[in-house]
Amino acid sequence: MNQNSNRAWLYLLPSVLLLVVFLIYPLIDVFIYSAEEGYNFASQTHSGVGTYNYSYVLHDPYFLQALKNTFILVIITVPVSTGIALLISAMLSSIRPLRQLYQTVYFLPYVTNTLAVGLVFMVLFQKTEYTDGLVNLMLQWFGGETVDFIDGPYWAKMFVLCFYTIWVVMPFKILVLTSALASVNPDYYRAARVDGTPKLRIFTKITLPMIAPMIVYLVITGFIGAFKAYSDAVALFGTDLNAAGMNTIVGYVYDMLYGDSGGYPSYASAAAIILFVIVLTITCINLLVSKRQLEN
Amino acid sequence: MEVKLKNITKRFPGRGRKEERETVAVKDLSFDVPDGTLVGLLGPSGCGKTTTLNLICGLENPTDGRIFFGEEDVTDLPPELRGVGMVFQNYALYPHLTVLQNILFPLENLKGKNRLSKKEMNDRAMEAARLVQIEGLLERKPKELSGGQQQRVAIARALVKMPRVLLLDEPLSNLDARLRLQTREEICKIQKKTGITTLFVTHDQEEAMSISDRIVVMRDGVLMQEGKPQQVYDDPVNLFVAKFLGTPPINVFEAEVKDEVLYFSEQPVLEVKNVKDQPVWAGVRPEGFVPGKDGPVICELDRVEVLGRDISVVCRHAACQAENVRAIINSEHELESGLGKVSFSLKPEKVFLFGRGDEERIPFGASCVSDSGN
Repeated sequence: MNQNSNRAWLYLLPSVLLLVVFLIYPLIDVFIYSAEEGYNFASQTHSGVGTYNYSYVLHDPYFLQALKNTFILVIITVPVSTGIALLISAMLSSIRPLRQLYQTVYFLPYVTNTLAVGLVFMVLFQKTEYTDGLVNLMLQWFGGETVDFIDGPYWAKMFVLCFYTIWVVMPFKILVLTSALASVNPDYYRAARVDGTPKLRIFTKITLPMIAPMIVYLVITGFIGAFKAYSDAVALFGTDLNAAGMNTIVGYVYDMLYGDSGGYPSYASAAAIILFVIVLTITCINLLVSKRQLEN
Repeated sequence: MEVKLKNITKRFPGRGRKEERETVAVKDLSFDVPDGTLVGLLGPSGCGKTTTLNLICGLENPTDGRIFFGEEDVTDLPPELRGVGMVFQNYALYPHLTVLQNILFPLENLKGKNRLSKKEMNDRAMEAARLVQIEGLLERKPKELSGGQQQRVAIARALVKMPRVLLLDEPLSNLDARLRLQTREEICKIQKKTGITTLFVTHDQEEAMSISDRIVVMRDGVLMQEGKPQQVYDDPVNLFVAKFLGTPPINVFEAEVKDEVLYFSEQPVLEVKNVKDQPVWAGVRPEGFVPGKDGPVICELDRVEVLGRDISVVCRHAACQAENVRAIINSEHELESGLGKVSFSLKPEKVFLFGRGDEERIPFGASCVSDSGN
């Protein structure tokens, strides 16, 4: 028995080693950095240990802006993208002709470069001296007023960011959900048809519970992914996100380290730890809620 | 409720590529299921039995022909308006619902004037649960039940709507051998208790013979024979039906008729009246052999299996199509075997002749007057 478990550890060693070096050690290190007050980059010394870095970050208006942006992004994009993906996958699995074509079309964004997509979105939404952008043109047709989505009011920028994020994360969700839908045994649907079950009831009472584990998976990874959003904002608004008021927590961490106002690893570490705690808490709540739901 | 199928044909179109031609799953099929009977739909895999069940259920629509429940033409009705209950081969119990919720599911779909109150639904569900004896399992999830219990829940769910016709697709194939015996008696009992017209599909002839009031034998989408199990067994219309029914299976000999006498390898074995001279297939049921010193069928003895009440004699004969001839004889018979040989005479009513080409039955002597009516 003992020998067996020794051998098991031996087999696990490579992956454990990688985890320790690249995940656990950095995590501990970041935590230590975040507690060191008055850290000097040049001399690598610090003046004390405490919670000042956290207090600084939590009082930094840029961080609070980033926190607010991230939360709005998470709360809007995760449910909306999962919902739309569910709708599209349900429709995809109910059509016969051209299904493969549609599946390919819906999957294309997944293999497209994020920055290229950002560029396309800029063309669609940006207002320049020469053109109002395609979206504004359409707004004008319907008698609306033009809005600068990239450099304009906060809600417009947030709308574009959410739109963009949803569009980017959709293909993966559709892929997962269509395969989940395809894996439901058709006999359940046949049994439901024999009993004359209405379509909507089949969907809510049979299909949804059957694919619930996959939805839970998508929601949890969706939350984590959205909390870590950064490249999406850069693709749309450029690297000076603080100026655009569209920074995210990860963006804030980056700026604190390498940005124009950077060079503060302690503040960056504190912000990173705060993000870590938020994601951990939300994921735990997600798991608890979904576990209870799946059990019922 | 009597179920009548009239000239039912079901074609499935070829899919995609041109070389895939359409398949005819059921071809010009007509038979009746009399009111209140248990009928077994029997045939080898892929013979169209499940398609036939789906057609009756309404999950598939026939390409041609009509289906009647009593006098009512239900061909164009969706399943829920036909009043059918269906038990699927894998039971199709919803895994996330409890047994009670599963049984209630069909009732909760009822709308308009058929709508039931909560109490009525519960009463109906309890009644169905009592009928199949699963009252103690109502709060469990399907995965916490054994195969036999799942089967009963599936039957309860099918019965709770009080259907006019109950359809079972391979009801016993997912159960182990012992449970299969028990469950088939259970199904028979439930059917007798409710008096509901029941049609079940099986590829196991023993299963069909043992509990059915009538059996329908199909092959390649075509009806071969229909009737009471004993009648079909005693009077098969062709070689396929003769071979398909009975365990151990019928022994088929390459034989010839000359001057109204049946020959096995040049050896005259039986007098067959009113048969033209021709090569034939001769089928002899295992119980059709009578051991006797002067018997004309001489076989090489392989082994003898004692089954208590009977003995099974396994032997070889040059004309036999299979490797072995298997004869079941009463253990009171003295089996005389000299020099590894054993000889039998044949019971004429257990011998069937079939044409070499079409494999259709050729009546002879006494058995051609036996009635083939219902």
